[in-house]
Amino acid sequence: MNKTAMTGMEGSLAMAEAVRLANVDVVAAYPITPQTHIVERLAEMVANGELNAAYIPVESEHSAMSACLGSSAAGARTFTATAGQGLELMHEVLYVASGLRLPIVMGVANRALSCPLSVWGDHSDVMSVRDTGWIQIFAENGQQAFDLTLCGFRIGENEKVLFPVMVHIDGFHVSHVVEPLYLLEQKQVDSFLPPFKHPFPLDPDNPVTVGAFAVPILYTEARKSMENALRSTRPFISYVFDEFAKLSGRQYKPVEHYRTEDADTLLLTMGSYSEIAMEAVDQLRDCGEKVGLIRIRLWRPFPFGELRQAVENCQTLVVLDRCISPAGPPGPVCSEVKAALYSQKKRPNVAGFIGGLGGRDLYVPEFIQMVERGRVIAAQGGEEIEMIGVRG
Amino acid sequence: MESFAVFVPRLVPQKDYLAPGHRACIGCGEALALRLVMKALGRNVIVSNATGCMEIISSPFPTTSWRVPWIHTLFENAAAVASGIEAAQKIMNEKGSRTNMAKVVAMGGDGATLDIGIQALSGAWERGHDMLYVCFDNEAYMNTGIQRSSGTPFGAATTTSPAGKVSIGQSTWKKNMPSIAVAHDIPYVATACPSYPFDLMEKVNKAVATKGPSYLHVLSPCPTGWRHGGDLSVKMGRLAVETGVFPLYEVVNGKYKLTVDFPKLRPVTDYLTPQGRFRHLPKDEVERIQKGVIREYEKLKKKVEA
Repeated sequence: MNKTAMTGMEGSLAMAEAVRLANVDVVAAYPITPQTHIVERLAEMVANGELNAAYIPVESEHSAMSACLGSSAAGARTFTATAGQGLELMHEVLYVASGLRLPIVMGVANRALSCPLSVWGDHSDVMSVRDTGWIQIFAENGQQAFDLTLCGFRIGENEKVLFPVMVHIDGFHVSHVVEPLYLLEQKQVDSFLPPFKHPFPLDPDNPVTVGAFAVPILYTEARKSMENALRSTRPFISYVFDEFAKLSGRQYKPVEHYRTEDADTLLLTMGSYSEIAMEAVDQLRDCGEKVGLIRIRLWRPFPFGELRQAVENCQTLVVLDRCISPAGPPGPVCSEVKAALYSQKKRPNVAGFIGGLGGRDLYVPEFIQMVERGRVIAAQGGEEIEMIGVRG
Repeated sequence: MESFAVFVPRLVPQKDYLAPGHRACIGCGEALALRLVMKALGRNVIVSNATGCMEIISSPFPTTSWRVPWIHTLFENAAAVASGIEAAQKIMNEKGSRTNMAKVVAMGGDGATLDIGIQALSGAWERGHDMLYVCFDNEAYMNTGIQRSSGTPFGAATTTSPAGKVSIGQSTWKKNMPSIAVAHDIPYVATACPSYPFDLMEKVNKAVATKGPSYLHVLSPCPTGWRHGGDLSVKMGRLAVETGVFPLYEVVNGKYKLTVDFPKLRPVTDYLTPQGRFRHLPKDEVERIQKGVIREYEKLKKKVEA
């Protein structure tokens, strides 16, 4: 157990602190709100000699991720951070990072997408990079931003894994909020995180060709092998969460439960709104309602088994999406959850809500409203998109 | 040429780092240029290659022509990838986790360099990475089927700047990439052509010996896109230089120097006539090109004399 006293720290700075403790070699980043505090802090650490790393102040996010490809392929521990439009500009590069199996760790301060321009938080950016082949983990607060960044390096760089990892923190609600949290000592981190050893780094003594092209008779097999490899990282991810729990006393799981015992209705969230949802669950429980909360911690690889198990005994599942799939199914998370449950004999009725777009706050009453409306909609088998906390 | 063959093995490294058997077109001037560049670079090098002809001819999985560590990721980011390699190598060396310090070389065609990748390249130059960037300029998007780029010369017909009843082909003048490189105040910039192999290799050697960013702009005749015989590639390169269409020079710390010069330039028709891409040009347009070439050459001479 970590005995260090609690420290008040902003979520972004907590993530930067984890990167420092990981003794990262290369940071290549471009400024974008609300991610800036992470890389500003890292630049400051490098400038002060607190972190011995190369900080590459690239001219765009496309080049940020591209420089990360080169750095990681050369065998360096590599970090970047971005948000919103920046993640969009990186888009094509993200597929290359996972395809080449380069374990870059990236903090994403989740942000809405233009237009209209909005620097504030939602999950539109995350959902657009859903299929890029990255391991994706959601943090709900500053403590988790710190913890899961360290876990990200340990998971991604393992020779059995070798995949890039995104650690998602909600823009402003996590990135800019100062919270009390526990840090770890350098020697604790060193015992948890071994040095990165790339099995085939770019090296003239052992020349490798990286990034060859595949003709149609090979492309499918290449993608299949990548898909199999990403799926098979699941046990190791749980193992790292368990190892981290031994070190810190804080246990993470691919799907986490809050007061789900005997619940007939479950809320499902990802990211920082989980904490407000917990408040709502507490209030409803106080009124005798059998309501609980499920949080998806591991977005990719998707935790099918844990999710099915988590909801098998409830009648109604109410899913909050912080992203619209325009003229599509009601919310990316909701449609994935529904798809995951379709094959189950015993499955709850599912209602999807969209809210918290572009930094719009949702409070306890909205979550209570979602539970009440959700029960009605779900019982009717409704497919309509219902938005919460919206005018007009 | 027979007597030349006696001396060549003594003057040129015999070892090739771009292996034979790649899939370039017959008479490809770019593959020849790349082979010479790799000969000059030697084994202690890491290459970051943009998508394009040289990438696609050399790396159909599971085969490779590369005898040095080589990475290809995307079209517009070769310079950014090389930045990451350079920075990683340096810091890992400082921290003791990697001892080998290889030369870092990024390369791409005219599309990857002058058009889609110019931002990433400008960024890498401005940041001062210790790396060489080589542009193999065959003056159009040849890999995708001869579409015009900003490196396509005035009057050339391509599939997206076709000559027609109301069009003379490419209606804009070639972007002057070496002068853009010079404007970044990088220590070494040079133009080269595989038709002048010793000049080319010497410039590669100088470029990698330079601390900081260096840029080599290599005119690479393309029989497929320029529509001349595959046996004429070396000749086309020589004519480009001898007519002043593509002068060979270097810029060391801002100081221009012609590395190949002639008392009198040949007429541009010597260069234009054998190429199908210029065949449609009426006399007055040829005259316009001739004037443009003289004007640019005089401008260059003034910089050399300055």
